[in-house]
Amino acid sequence: MVLVLALGDLHVPHRAADLPPKFKSMLVPGKIQHIICTGNLCIKEIHDYLKTICPDLHIVRGEFDEDARYPDTKTLTIGQFKLGLCHGHQVIPWGDLDSLAMLQRQLDVDILVTGHTHQFTAYKHEGGVVINPGSATGACSSINQDVNPSFVLMDIDGLRVVVYVYELIDGEVKVDKIDFKKASTSTSAP
Amino acid sequence: MRRLAGVEDEEKWLAEGIAGIQHNAFFMHRALDANNLREVLKYSALMLSELRTSKLSPQKYYDLYMRAFDELRQLEVFFKDESRHGLPVVDLYELVQHAGNILPRMYLLCTVGSVYIKSKQAPSKDVLKDLVEMCRGVQHPIRGLFLRSYLAQVSRDKLPEIGSEYEGDANTVMDAVEFVLQNFTEMNKLWVRIQHQGPGTVREKQEKERNELRDLVGKNLHVLGQIEGVDLEMYKETVLPRVLEQVVNCKDELAQYYLMECIIQVFPDEYHLQTLETLLAACTQLMPTVDTKIVLTQLMDRLSNYAASSPDVLHEFLQVEAFAKLSNAIGKVIDTQIEMPIVGAMTLFVSLLTFTLRVHPDRLDYVDQILGACVVKLSSVPKLEDARAMKQVVALLSAPLEKYNDIVTALTLSNYPRVMDHLDDGTNKVMAMLIIQSIMKNNSCISTADKVEVLFELIKGLIKDLDGTDTEELDEEDFQEEQNSVARLIHMLDNEEPEEMLKIICVVRKHLMTGGTRRLPFTVPPLVFSALRLVRQLDSQGGDITGEEVSATPRKIFQILNQTIEVLSSVPCPELALRLYLQCAEAASDCDLEPAAYEFFTQAFILYEEEIADSKAQVTAIHLIIGTLQRINVFGVENRDTLTHKATGYSARLLKKPDQCRAVYACSHLFWVDDIDGIKDGERALLCLRRALRIANAAQQMANATRGSSGPVTLFVEILNKYIYFYEKGNPHITPSDIQSLIELINTEMQSDDNGNRRIHSDPFFTSTLRYIRFQKQKGGVIGDKYDLIKL
Repeated sequence: MVLVLALGDLHVPHRAADLPPKFKSMLVPGKIQHIICTGNLCIKEIHDYLKTICPDLHIVRGEFDEDARYPDTKTLTIGQFKLGLCHGHQVIPWGDLDSLAMLQRQLDVDILVTGHTHQFTAYKHEGGVVINPGSATGACSSINQDVNPSFVLMDIDGLRVVVYVYELIDGEVKVDKIDFKKASTSTSAP
Repeated sequence: MRRLAGVEDEEKWLAEGIAGIQHNAFFMHRALDANNLREVLKYSALMLSELRTSKLSPQKYYDLYMRAFDELRQLEVFFKDESRHGLPVVDLYELVQHAGNILPRMYLLCTVGSVYIKSKQAPSKDVLKDLVEMCRGVQHPIRGLFLRSYLAQVSRDKLPEIGSEYEGDANTVMDAVEFVLQNFTEMNKLWVRIQHQGPGTVREKQEKERNELRDLVGKNLHVLGQIEGVDLEMYKETVLPRVLEQVVNCKDELAQYYLMECIIQVFPDEYHLQTLETLLAACTQLMPTVDTKIVLTQLMDRLSNYAASSPDVLHEFLQVEAFAKLSNAIGKVIDTQIEMPIVGAMTLFVSLLTFTLRVHPDRLDYVDQILGACVVKLSSVPKLEDARAMKQVVALLSAPLEKYNDIVTALTLSNYPRVMDHLDDGTNKVMAMLIIQSIMKNNSCISTADKVEVLFELIKGLIKDLDGTDTEELDEEDFQEEQNSVARLIHMLDNEEPEEMLKIICVVRKHLMTGGTRRLPFTVPPLVFSALRLVRQLDSQGGDITGEEVSATPRKIFQILNQTIEVLSSVPCPELALRLYLQCAEAASDCDLEPAAYEFFTQAFILYEEEIADSKAQVTAIHLIIGTLQRINVFGVENRDTLTHKATGYSARLLKKPDQCRAVYACSHLFWVDDIDGIKDGERALLCLRRALRIANAAQQMANATRGSSGPVTLFVEILNKYIYFYEKGNPHITPSDIQSLIELINTEMQSDDNGNRRIHSDPFFTSTLRYIRFQKQKGGVIGDKYDLIKL
């Protein structure tokens, strides 16, 4: 059982003051093995904060990030899964599933995590799973008017991943989960 | 020249004294066993003579005293048992007065006196009075103090307190109090005198000795505090006035300080409350060298705790007008002690404020009053430079923040900003950060323009360069932290009422514009997004309310936004400005304001053309432009054409061929929007793809020419995916054979290079793309049919 926290689009301090207190109290150091972040933190303070939750932090560049050195895309292997990470402003049309599927094929990953739309989604398509953890602070977006703060926790266990999405709705944290199974260990099936 | 006694000398004398006591005690015990009164008296007097020494320091004398004390206990047992010595206690009392020297005489007398009182053959008060007066005969400070201490010890359980067996018509509590007061007074006089003996060189040694002795004096106050029957009335009328009289009149700094502390610690808080005026008056009469601040602080702390102990107590505070009295006393102390450094005055104010916040938290007028007094004091010095005083002022300003979790309350204190004005620039910023942290921690929301104005005045040290500051001096990280705090703060300013919210935004803008080019990149973005939030709120509420004069309209706000983002050109930060313009463009489009949206795009394009030269920055910028433009539906045909034409042109002119290729095929989406009303110009979309293909080919040829081998086929596969995308969406201009040709092309590219060698065995991207095609074929229905036409 490997816990992976996926979050992004915090936009601190441009569009939000901080993570919601209820989220902060849930994100306790030492419980999570990896963090993958879709970008747009935007400042070093948030980077440092995420590092305290888990030192294995993977992050890609959002268009408002202060640190221009983050890569545009990143791939990593956790257990049996290959994960891909990209902020998403590079994939046009923004939020379009088919275009994201193309990126997924290009990166050759089972799970693609992207952001930019500030809307939680988790799609299974032919090539794998696309997950968008939404905005952890509920920052406003031109794409999505009604943003609830959200983040995703993935529990990777063998060939199975359970995706837990945490959303702050009207002051209460609501949790939902989705199950995904991988067919086999090899990713590119002929 | 007289040699000062060294430690070794004292040890020797002590040893000698102890030996003397032991020696005489031995014979005394023999006499006790024999019930020989004469011998007992003789040897006990000799033993007690050791206490006549003047060579020992208090610590050592105490050692000696304790030995004697233990022996005297046995002596007392003997005196008590008339059957052993045959003398009635009255006669014994007479007999011991024949001892040669006064000190042994007095110790014996006190011991017999104890027995006398116990026998109840004389009223307790009479004996006590006799003893306390006769002790006057010993005027040597150390010897006198220990003697009177002995008297106090043996008399303790024999005082005629209420409920004691020694109480009666002739003996009252008053008598007990009188006795203790008198002993106390005499002991204090003796104690104070130590300072006045000996030359100045030994003064330091004497101070040390005095401190060692002070508990002997203080004990009397403890006793007074414990006597049964001393009620508030008696305390008020007799005990306190007499004690204070001695305290003030002795004019001794050490004694005054110690005794005031004692009084405050020993007696109950309700008594202090009821005698507040008297206590405070005494405080102002103390010697100027006494640290009255600490005394007053201790008093206020105790009263604060008392107030916290139970809510019923509070009305007592109001009844005695505690605050007014304390406030006046403090004012008087500060005024009269003109040499008191500013830090002292500030410390007093902090104590008073702490007291007020605990006892009268709802009285904001009291709090403001204290701050006002502080301002007056601070104005009397030209410039505040003492770091410790500064710290106290910060503590003074922080206290209301911590108490009233709502910053808005602190903002109503009229003297608060005035106090802040007296801080130096560095401390001012520290305070400003504390204010912001308080707001963030408590999640406070400041919701009116007026309050925002006050708040930004308070934190002006962070907002702009104050006179005399040089921002160059500031550590870069600290500066960023400051500015990011201000940025975060902006999100705590909110009001649901659009008119008020717009006012708030304008106030904030006014202040931020004074920040200078170093601050703008931090502070402008949150302001912009705050304004955009308002715009979207207005838009969702359903447009202008016709007939009413409202200033809060999207159009108006976009004007403000335009002017605001423009200011960034002075920094300059074109990349940030471009992103902000695009955000505004999309918002304007959602509000159906075509001219505003077009204007924002124009500004963004100008920045792209003129200010963004870095290739990597250009790539990101062009994708943002394309991505935004793709989503905008407010433009008429002409405007849209102009903008898309420009965007495609920029894309084709990026420096690196792969970047060109990708940007150009991204432009294909400008001509095909998947909405119901979206533009679906299949031909122009395909034109983009073909152009991208040409660029990809050119890129391959360049790679061949420069490196002798082809580059990767990624670009081709990407374009293939786009062909498939539009084919699936129903672009009539894309045929299955187009796709097939492209697949062949890729295969060819993969198989050989110029020299006919087999190069790339497989490309995962290509493989998964083909897999996707096969998957779609199996779907059945319209999709399946479509894909069936593609021959692999």
